Amino acid sequence: MTTKTITVVRDLLATNKQAAAAIRAELRARGILGVNLLSSPGSGKTTLLEALADRFRGRYRLAVIEGDIETERDAERIRAKGVPAWQITTGGACHLEAKMIGKVIGGVPAEIDFLFIENVGNLVCPASYDLGEDIRLVLLSAPEGDDKPAKYPQAFLSADALVLTKSDLLPYLPFDPRKAADEALAIKGTLRVFKISAISGEGLDELAAYLVEALERLRSGRA
Amino acid sequence: MHELSLVASAFEVLEDEARKHGAKRVTRVVLRIGVMSGVVPDLLESAFETYKNGTIAESARLEIVPVAVKLRCPDCGGEAVREDTDFSCASCGSRRVEIVEGRDLVVGTIDLEI
Repeated sequence: MTTKTITVVRDLLATNKQAAAAIRAELRARGILGVNLLSSPGSGKTTLLEALADRFRGRYRLAVIEGDIETERDAERIRAKGVPAWQITTGGACHLEAKMIGKVIGGVPAEIDFLFIENVGNLVCPASYDLGEDIRLVLLSAPEGDDKPAKYPQAFLSADALVLTKSDLLPYLPFDPRKAADEALAIKGTLRVFKISAISGEGLDELAAYLVEALERLRSGRA
Repeated sequence: MHELSLVASAFEVLEDEARKHGAKRVTRVVLRIGVMSGVVPDLLESAFETYKNGTIAESARLEIVPVAVKLRCPDCGGEAVREDTDFSCASCGSRRVEIVEGRDLVVGTIDLEI
């Protein structure tokens, strides 16, 4: 009996990365922009999607994949806006993985422009899993506090844009959007920052324009 | 808490490597864990200890090697290891740095009993 030391160097997320790469290739081939939304529960992911559904109506077609531990509630809210939605219930798992998206993606209509994936509300685990999206948005709402980026750096590091939500509440809260943005930008200097309110409509035009620009870039092959 | 699903992936790797090398047992496993990988080493260790029973790595010793964040700056070409979460270039201050190490979760080396 002998003992042998071997060098393996195999990525634990390799299976997820392969599944994500296949999804990304399929979405790009179909000219669809995949957008993954990350945040704590209650930061306004579903509300933002409802607002975008209203804003894009008649101009761009959307589909939404909802991730939650239990219930169809979010998918029902999206369907009420006339947008096709799929609910993935993870039954306890704290994040979505690419293979879960892979199972749903075949049913997504070919003629859509944007596929939004609303991750399980959690600022920790979803950051580690590529879902094959082209754009990752991290949301941070005013009531959560402006000190969160440094406390949960991976989520901000993995994102393309930071969306500060519930700006209509800023007069009542000690949240400093400048401080939150600076803290996130220290972690990732290339983050685009948006300050929005689904209630007042602040910042929604800018965020919608950013998404449309990314879609056009993808379709012209410059993604 | 996604450490258990990562440990399950690690065991797929261990079983695959053991089969490839015709090994009877895995006796040591080195996991290289990036400090920005989003994984808590203590939780990973607990998950490993729970998961290993009844597997080919039942008696394996787990070693976790933390991998620090290493930045590369595309503007000045500088490379540096960063201890805090201010990921800007230490030489020129650029904010466009790439993280070249410290985000991955990798099975590094393993000891096999053949």
